[in-house]
Amino acid sequence: MKANRFWSWAFLALGVLYFALPLIGTFEFSMKMRRGVYSLDAYWAVLADPRFQATFTYSVMMALATIVVGVLLVVPTAYWVRLKLPGWRPYLEFVTLLPLVIPPIVIVFGYIRLYNTSSWLPLTGTALGTNILLMFGYVVLSLPYMYRAVDTGLRAIDVRTLTEAAESLGAGWLTIMWRVILPNVLVAVLSGAFLTFAIVIGEFVLAALLNRPAFGPYLQLIGANRAYEPAALAVIAFAITWGCMALIQVVSRFAPRAPTQPH
Amino acid sequence: MSDQFLSIRQVRKAFGPTVVVQEFNLDVKQGEFVSFLGPSGCGKTTMLRIVAGFEEPSVGQVFIGGKDVTRLKPNQRNIGMVFQAYALFPNMTVAGNIGFGLKVAGKPAAEIRSRVAEMLELIKLPDFGNRYPYQLSGGQQQRVALARAMAPRPQVLLLDEPLSALDAKVRVSLREEIRTIQKELGITTVFVTHDQEEALSMSDRIVVMYDGRAEQVGTPFEIYNRPATRFVAGFVGTLNVIEGTIADPAAGVVTIAGGEISVGNRVAGRKAGEALSLALRPEAIALGRREGRDGLVTGTIREVSFLGSVIRVRVDMGGALVSLDTFNSPASPPPVAGERAEISFSSSDMLILDR
Repeated sequence: MKANRFWSWAFLALGVLYFALPLIGTFEFSMKMRRGVYSLDAYWAVLADPRFQATFTYSVMMALATIVVGVLLVVPTAYWVRLKLPGWRPYLEFVTLLPLVIPPIVIVFGYIRLYNTSSWLPLTGTALGTNILLMFGYVVLSLPYMYRAVDTGLRAIDVRTLTEAAESLGAGWLTIMWRVILPNVLVAVLSGAFLTFAIVIGEFVLAALLNRPAFGPYLQLIGANRAYEPAALAVIAFAITWGCMALIQVVSRFAPRAPTQPH
Repeated sequence: MSDQFLSIRQVRKAFGPTVVVQEFNLDVKQGEFVSFLGPSGCGKTTMLRIVAGFEEPSVGQVFIGGKDVTRLKPNQRNIGMVFQAYALFPNMTVAGNIGFGLKVAGKPAAEIRSRVAEMLELIKLPDFGNRYPYQLSGGQQQRVALARAMAPRPQVLLLDEPLSALDAKVRVSLREEIRTIQKELGITTVFVTHDQEEALSMSDRIVVMYDGRAEQVGTPFEIYNRPATRFVAGFVGTLNVIEGTIADPAAGVVTIAGGEISVGNRVAGRKAGEALSLALRPEAIALGRREGRDGLVTGTIREVSFLGSVIRVRVDMGGALVSLDTFNSPASPPPVAGERAEISFSSSDMLILDR
């Protein structure tokens, strides 16, 4: 028993070292901009860079738009499939998994080919069109996470009976979605939203190949030209991702608790 | 149809090749409490869902208050429904749940508040308005579900096995409560159950369903004492079925277990020697001879079960086992298995099962 416990701790320590050492190293390096002492100079330099502010703001706006469109697309679809078309679930799951299988570079080349200036829908011809295209690309990339989060949330409630109860009380579809279903899967939706946020903030391929001023390409640009700032940016990016994860944990505490169900 | 509030006309419902409800007709008066009683899969819940609008009948019509609602959506029918699984909205408080229908109907906040308070009083949970469903027991949740369904003053209240998930004690008290509230509000109610005791104790009328059809519609007294079919007789209450033979149709003499009994003119027109099934409730049979009872048969006591206030005795009558109930009396010893015994009954209590 004691030996087992020792090995458990040993493997845990190994895992922690494996994940933590590079981060500690990066963090330590990012503090070494000023010679001989630790300082936050690299962070100040990054935060003061107008390109950081512009690209970060751009990516945040894109992430918010992606979340809104993703929620509007995924929640009603997952709800409808669960309620009316349960036989379609395997197909929907397959479709939502495709972005994990098809590399983003293939997706973006497909987009450029389909929506170039000589196509029937020349989205890449304008900045707004390209932004919209990029946002839909992000929706596709985040689909596996958003769909799974929402579907798990829907599984936790009795969608059919709640819908019928609301209908019998005079509620229409919009009221049912807005006042009954969404509040009960809100935590799941927020989990999907934070994952989407983390994906969009760090995404490089789509933004770079569509030539949009996003945070991912900026990270790459800084990384190629500076010494300490890329390390600071990496730490900032990790902090944002972890912040998202922490928020998922926080909001899940506020989930409506399921009442006792009949046996 | 003038005094009929809810009318179901020639309803048939099929899911693909499976017919679930067929030739269903029913008229329910305003304020009446009608139960659909039957075993699992008999179509009772489907029929209720057709009334609610969750299922559309393949054929037939449903009228509420004289209006054809067959093609109306559930949210346009002004019905209240209580589900077996409670179906309270987990994100809303008890008050939020009860007021939901009123809010959807666009009622002013003050009216909603006062109606919610009235409903909470009615279900005897006046201080539970701010609680969430997860903070309530199963019985309390179902009372809230009942209040929620009734708050918008629906035309018809539909109860889909609302008690079957509760434990026995709560079930009995809640069924009395439901009936009291229903009478108080005078709301037309359709109740689905597979529990005959619930149906018998709560209903003005019972629809016994089997294989998608209404086998019999009647008051609890009629259903229990004058079952129209073999199925109803067997499903409602305990029944002894005794096979007999018509000895003399004109005189109404039937042979059972080696003895002869008279069933009056109930076998007139039938042939001598024809087999028939006779049925008797356990409480209609007495151990020993009794004055005024014209049926007397001798048998052997096979089994004696002590059930508290009554003792159930199983008597072998020429191969057929017949159950009878006798009151437990501390002064007299209970019957003993293996003894010979006479049992008596009134032939007028005997049911002849034709189909």
